[in-house]
This record gives sequence, C-alpha cells and structure tokens, in this order.
Amino acid sequence: MIASVGGQLGLAYAFVEREIALSKRYWAWELVWLVYGIVTSLSVAYIGLAAPAIAGASVDEAAISRFVLYLLVGTITWRFLGLIFEQMGETIAWERWEGTIEYTFMAPVPRLTHLLGMCGATLVRALAFSVAILAAVALFVPVDLSNANVASAIVLLATGAVAFIGLAIGSAVFPLLWTEKGLQMAYIVQAVVLLVSGVYYPTSVLPEWMQLLSVISPATYVIRGMRAALLDGADVGGVWPDLWPALLVGAVSIPLGLRLFVWAERYAKRTGRLKRSG
Amino acid sequence: MAIQVREQNEPRSRVQPRSAHSEGGSPHTPPAPALEARDVRKVFRVGGRRSPAPGHVRAIDGVSLRVDRGEIYGLLGANGSGKSTLIRVFSTLLTADAGEVRVFGLDVRADELAVKRLINRVSVEASFFKKLSAMENLVYAGRLYGVGPEASRPRIHAILRRLGIDSGRVHEPLEKLSRGMQQKIAIARAFLSAPMLLLLDEPTTGLDIRSKREVQTFVRDLRDEHDATILLTTHDLDEASRLADRIGILHGGRLVAEGASEELTARHGAASLEDVFMALTGRHIDEADERGEAET
Repeated sequence: MIASVGGQLGLAYAFVEREIALSKRYWAWELVWLVYGIVTSLSVAYIGLAAPAIAGASVDEAAISRFVLYLLVGTITWRFLGLIFEQMGETIAWERWEGTIEYTFMAPVPRLTHLLGMCGATLVRALAFSVAILAAVALFVPVDLSNANVASAIVLLATGAVAFIGLAIGSAVFPLLWTEKGLQMAYIVQAVVLLVSGVYYPTSVLPEWMQLLSVISPATYVIRGMRAALLDGADVGGVWPDLWPALLVGAVSIPLGLRLFVWAERYAKRTGRLKRSG
Repeated sequence: MAIQVREQNEPRSRVQPRSAHSEGGSPHTPPAPALEARDVRKVFRVGGRRSPAPGHVRAIDGVSLRVDRGEIYGLLGANGSGKSTLIRVFSTLLTADAGEVRVFGLDVRADELAVKRLINRVSVEASFFKKLSAMENLVYAGRLYGVGPEASRPRIHAILRRLGIDSGRVHEPLEKLSRGMQQKIAIARAFLSAPMLLLLDEPTTGLDIRSKREVQTFVRDLRDEHDATILLTTHDLDEASRLADRIGILHGGRLVAEGASEELTARHGAASLEDVFMALTGRHIDEADERGEAET
C-alpha cells in the first residue's frame, strides 16, 4: 500500500519536475508574467492611494490604508486562484501544440495521478508568483497587516486552492476537446469568474443576475474571507461563513472535474481528438 | 554492447493477464500472441455540421491481424491507408468502433493501464518539449514509466550511443537538434521503457540513409537481444523487406495481403515487393490513398 502510494507520488512528481524544467527554460517569459503581475497589483494599489484625488473629497489616512489593503487582498488572491485556474488548461493546450499529449496519455499513469501531478506543479508556481508579487508590492506601497489573522488567511487560501483545482480540471476539458478554441473558452470562463467574484469591489454592487453567478463562484467566498482575515483579523470561526461554501464547492468540483475530464478523454479517444495539432 | 533496456523488469513480472489463454494458462495452452486484432473498424466523421459535404470515412475496415512474440511485423501502406489510425488503436489512443484488440492477451480497453505498461510507440513526428534537452525529455519519459533518473540516465546514454548520438549533445534543447536526431531521441524514448511490444509508426521517415540504417540495426538488435515484439508501419518497401519477418499490406483501411516478403512475391508472381503492392492496390506506394485527407 505504502509502496503503491509512493509509486504514484513518484509518477505525479514527473509532472512537477517537468514544469520546473520548463519554467527554467522559459525563464524570460516567467519574468514577463511576474513583472506583469507586480505592475498590475501595484496599479490597483495606486488607484486606492489616489482615491481622494479621484473622488475629489478628503478621506482619512486609515480609510485609505484599508482601501488599499482591500484592493491588494483581492488582486493578489485572484492572481493566486487565477494562476491555478489557467495553468491547468494551458498545460493541456501546450501539450497539444508540442504534440506530447499522445505520449502523456499513452503512459501508464492513472489519470488521477496525472492530474494530481499537474495540480502540484500549478500550486508550486501559483504560490511562488503570489509571494513574489506580495513582497514586491510591499516595497512600494505601505501595507498595514497589523490586524491580520494569518492563520485564517492560510486556511482560506488552501481551501480556495482546492476549490479552484476542481474548476481548473473541469476547464482543462476545453483545450482537450477543442484544439483551436478550447483555451479561449477557458479564458472566457475565467474572465466571468473575475467579474462576479468581487475581486475589486463587494458583490453587492453587481446587478442581481450577476450576484446569482457570484454565489456559485468559490472566489467570492475566498476573497471575502481573506479580507475579513487580513483587514479585520477574523479567526477561523469568524471566516467560517465564507469557508464552508468554498469547502463545499471544492468537495463538489474536484470529483465533478475529474469525472468530466475522464469523460472528455474517452470522447477524445473515440473521435480522434488527441492527435497532434498546431 | 547489449542494449540495456530490460535488465530490471522481466515481462512476466510486469503483468498478470486476465485472459485464460494467456501466460497464466495451463502448460498446454499456447501463450497469447503479442498482438491480436479481430475485425477492427474505425469510422471518422468528416466536415462539421456547416460543411457543404459532411460525411464519413472508413479509416479501418475490418482489419484482423496477429503478431507473434518476438516477431517484427511490417505494415505497408500508402499515406492515408489507415496505418497510423491502426497504430493509435493499438496504443490505446483511439477507441475502435468495433472489433477487439488484445496485447499479450489483455484487452486494450478493459485492461488499458496494464496494456500501457507493455507497449510504447514512436510516431512519425518526434513530439517533445522542444525547449527541454534530450536528457530532460527522456528523464521525464522514464519517470512516467516508473524509471527514476538514477536508473534512466545510464540507460539513456547507452541507447543514444547505440543510435549514434554524441553524448555531448544530450543537454542541448531539442529544438537545436536536426530532424533526424530528434527522431532518434524519440526512438530512444520508446526503448527506455523496455516495451514488450513496440509500435513504430514510420520511425525512419525523414532520416538520412546512415541514420536510417542505424535505426534499422537498432530495431533488429532490440528484437534479437531482448525478445521484443515490433510492429512497424512504413511506406519504405526496402525497409519492410529488410526488417520484417512478415508483412501486411494495408489499402483503403483493409488488410489486403499478409505474409513473408518472399511468400508475397511468389504468391503474386512478382519480381519485387513493389510489384506486389502495385498488383494489389493499383497504385504506387508513394501515391497517397484518396482517403488520406480524412484520416486522423
């Protein structure tokens, strides 16, 4: 049993190691995405700092500081969740372009192990990027974390990661089935999730029909909970109203995403869609 | 130097066939063939719903064949004759609409994971992560088959040496290597997993004469030294005659003839395999099958 688990972990690690090797080879592009992430987050923070000038009204310093942190928590949490979401689909699309997808699917690796390995690689990258962005932003913008409850934030982030892994596996079906347009479809889904999840604003400002969509987005709960933890110091009990829906989405989305992926693989094998493209 | 590909895993330790007539059967039961296909059919839909002429193409039309253990079986056919489709079905990448495929007695659908442990494939296109080096790609491939870097690295060096690749180039990104060298790396990747059944889909297409000969020698050595079974598709008649114990001719998705090279020429009163092919298909092997556009 232990040997079997060890063997599966060894197989899963193949995907992590491969992604690390690819990141090294494409270091210039990784740098581009990192700089892009830092610049985007900084821009959002500066919008917060400029709020009094934009609104034409005086706002006290504490309120501005809170506003900046509100925006930063949203943008960096979204960066972390978004990276998880997009990398799964991009990896499948990339394998299609390189033509390696047939070799990956022909290898004696259970699909669950394969996807877990991809998730592992995704988490490593998302975490590294988010920490680097947070550190870089803190150099330029004063970030007041004196009230923060870091433990709650970590629990929420971990829960959000789990919930997004399920969604990401599900969305990876698009590039698996539609070579040319699959990734674009996944990006559209991601964009809609961004819009309705209250990344930069409370979801209460959205039209009612969008608020309905925000209810099914795990990002809504994770970001709201992260704000409660980092701005107001809420403990795990305090963020529970946001934690349990995210847990629920994870519990549903992971088995559902896996099932969808396995179905899509069978369909691709029946229709010949695994063939190299691009 | 022998090719070090199967020193760790002997075939019988790697699979426990479900099939009663396979290795686990009684001493009087003949072992299951390496590959057995019965009445395999595959139809593809061509053109989308908006296409002016949507339709269907029979890529494989009732193919039955048997490849015995240790045999090199050559599948000859023009482009579009269904060779690659058939290889994809055998390698679990494509599901047949009808028929049955067994690898060492294991059903490719019901026992997919066990079958995957026994096979490997080289396709006509050397598909790799092109920015990664040959070594990185091969170590990754080894891991997917449960071979760790400590075990795979010496094997990789040995196989590449046999294929005539300078060990100094194994750390260069693959995109910097020639098409021929990339194809040799693809062949090394397949050998690395010590497959009992190796599916070679036009492995020497695009290689120069010298590389072609090196690969052909390596294929023959692999069979002779390690008892591997090899199914080779090609449209190189000379390669088929040189390597294959038996040859099957695929035309229009059907297996139209099968036998040793000499048998086929004698049976059709032909001077060469090329004449046999012409007599059976009415075309030269370099002419694409008219269904070639539609084949996946």
